[in-house]
Amino acid sequence: MAKTIDRQIISDLTGAGIDFVTSVPCKQLAGVIEVLNETPQILHVPSNKEDEGMGLCAGAYMGGSRPAIIMQNTALGVVVNTLATLIQFYQIPLPMLISYRGEVGEPVACQVEMALHTKAILNQLHIPTYHFHKASDVEELPGILSYTQMCSKPVAILTDATFWRTAQ
Amino acid sequence: MIRYEVLKTLLPVISDELVVCNIGSPSQELHALDDRATNFYMLGTMGLASSIGFGLALVQDKPVISIDGDGSVLTNLATLSTIANNPRDNFILLIIDNGSYGSTGDQATYAGKKTSLAAVATACGCENVVEVSAEETAQAVKEALAARRMTIIVSKCQSGNVQVPVITKNPIVIRERFMEAVRG
Repeated sequence: MAKTIDRQIISDLTGAGIDFVTSVPCKQLAGVIEVLNETPQILHVPSNKEDEGMGLCAGAYMGGSRPAIIMQNTALGVVVNTLATLIQFYQIPLPMLISYRGEVGEPVACQVEMALHTKAILNQLHIPTYHFHKASDVEELPGILSYTQMCSKPVAILTDATFWRTAQ
Repeated sequence: MIRYEVLKTLLPVISDELVVCNIGSPSQELHALDDRATNFYMLGTMGLASSIGFGLALVQDKPVISIDGDGSVLTNLATLSTIANNPRDNFILLIIDNGSYGSTGDQATYAGKKTSLAAVATACGCENVVEVSAEETAQAVKEALAARRMTIIVSKCQSGNVQVPVITKNPIVIRERFMEAVRG
């Protein structure tokens, strides 16, 4: 069941002109995806894998849309080549709303393994990275979305378990 | 016929259309044959020509032809289900199926053995899938454009490449002029 925070995030996306979103689901992002499917201003095309999704986003951008991707941090293990050779090489602005699994509050031990690499991969790729931990961190989202368009880069928004637990 | 010859026969059909072309030899050969602003050349990222072209077709109405290869489609096979389940009649996926990884030394792909990409596309739910010979390919693309129905074309041709220069154009130049062509 979607919460106010989920509606807030989607409203920030539409407010920033995002009109195309692809997603690979995560439990933490289920509410956001639920609201996404009820938002006519955004064309939501789920993808099977995040590199495929980034391909869709690159095409949508070249068609005049403003894309975003919703994914789990484990997918950073999948998309390094696509980020470097497509999104960064062709300078495509791409907000990545990422569930940051494996942080405090995580019930699944295996998720910690990719959590340990998450920020290291993003740093290695020189991707601007924002970490939402407190509920109030979401207030930065409109600024981050506008910054993404300004610099034409992929930008990561990591949202951890504490954020999702405490946000209303 | 090898890929280069198939591309040559395609020129009168595709030269004014939006084309997203696969990494390596396909892009290099198309670039050498007929460089146009309406061509988006992939300089990296194997496997995503289909997805990039489809993303473009999803958000605007001009026809889009993704020229992909059998090896690249095998890399990103699941996108055939994304395409099938979100059909767009302005999208044509042309798979040049020469049964080999042409850009890396013509190593065999499974598509040249037991795996039928046309059967996979059909199983994924794509409704208009045609398998044609190299010689029939240009006519098949022409008919798909005229019918304005989303079509997956598997063009069975021979393995082999011609020696053409690598593309040294700046990626931003390729993207900007392509986007201008999309808008124009």
